[in-house]
Amino acid sequence: MNLQRATRLALYAVLELADQPDKQLSRAEIAEKFEVSGNHLSKVMRDLGKAGLVEAVRGVGGGYWFSGNAKRTTLMDVIKIFEPARFENAGEREPGKATDLGRTLNLVLDEINETIQATLNSISIQTMLQIKNRSMIHSSRGG
Amino acid sequence: MSAIEKTRHDFTIRGAEPGDLGAIVEIDQQVSGAKKTRYWRDALELYSSHRDKGFFLVAEREHRVAGFILGEIRAWEFGSPPCGWVYAIGVARANLLEGVGTQLLDALCAHFQKANVDKVRTMIARQDHELLSFFRSYGMMAGPYQQLELELGSH
Repeated sequence: MNLQRATRLALYAVLELADQPDKQLSRAEIAEKFEVSGNHLSKVMRDLGKAGLVEAVRGVGGGYWFSGNAKRTTLMDVIKIFEPARFENAGEREPGKATDLGRTLNLVLDEINETIQATLNSISIQTMLQIKNRSMIHSSRGG
Repeated sequence: MSAIEKTRHDFTIRGAEPGDLGAIVEIDQQVSGAKKTRYWRDALELYSSHRDKGFFLVAEREHRVAGFILGEIRAWEFGSPPCGWVYAIGVARANLLEGVGTQLLDALCAHFQKANVDKVRTMIARQDHELLSFFRSYGMMAGPYQQLELELGSH
């Protein structure tokens, strides 16, 4: 499954900020870490702000902080801000959908979609950070 | 299972007993919407007599059952080496967000580990986001098996 660049960036930003709840991070710091332009990030942060997931403090020493509920915000919540139509009856008006083969293909595609949605709906920002921390422990033990 | 474990939230985790039937039925009914007295009575009978493989635990505080968990070690089904299965978990509505589910799952996993099992599995309805989220937050990830089913008589 591929995510659009803005969606992926939004997830990175939210996770990075939620991982450091006592710290404000500047746009430049986030952009540098994830190797994106500040301009591209600005639009993403604006959309996250409108959704109530981040807040910004302007001026010297200012920056962004995560203002959502890490336990209650899921990956799907963030994805839907940037790709609201991704899971809405894909191929609704696609040619051939009304044929037997079209219906059969959609049956299988819907099954895949349902699994993806269940996964994205069940993983919160906090759970993602726990997974990251566990992976870090495993890789440091392994290496 | 003889050990009684006192948990950090003052819940006691112990093996389920026949006298817990009413509370278990009620908690399950709160969660599933269905009253399954006979099913839970049979499960209590079965798992109290096979406590080496199956574990039916309850969380209790001040003589009130706040939740239950049912699990079992199964070997070589679906080609899988011995692994622990969580069949059911339920927490009373009044005790949600008190860590009861986590403590029950901790206790069940401890029993699995004591029996030299190093993996735990469960199966959850895709639409049950709350329960899925609970197991995800506990650290569970998708496993290597995929569940398939067939409407009998459909082909």
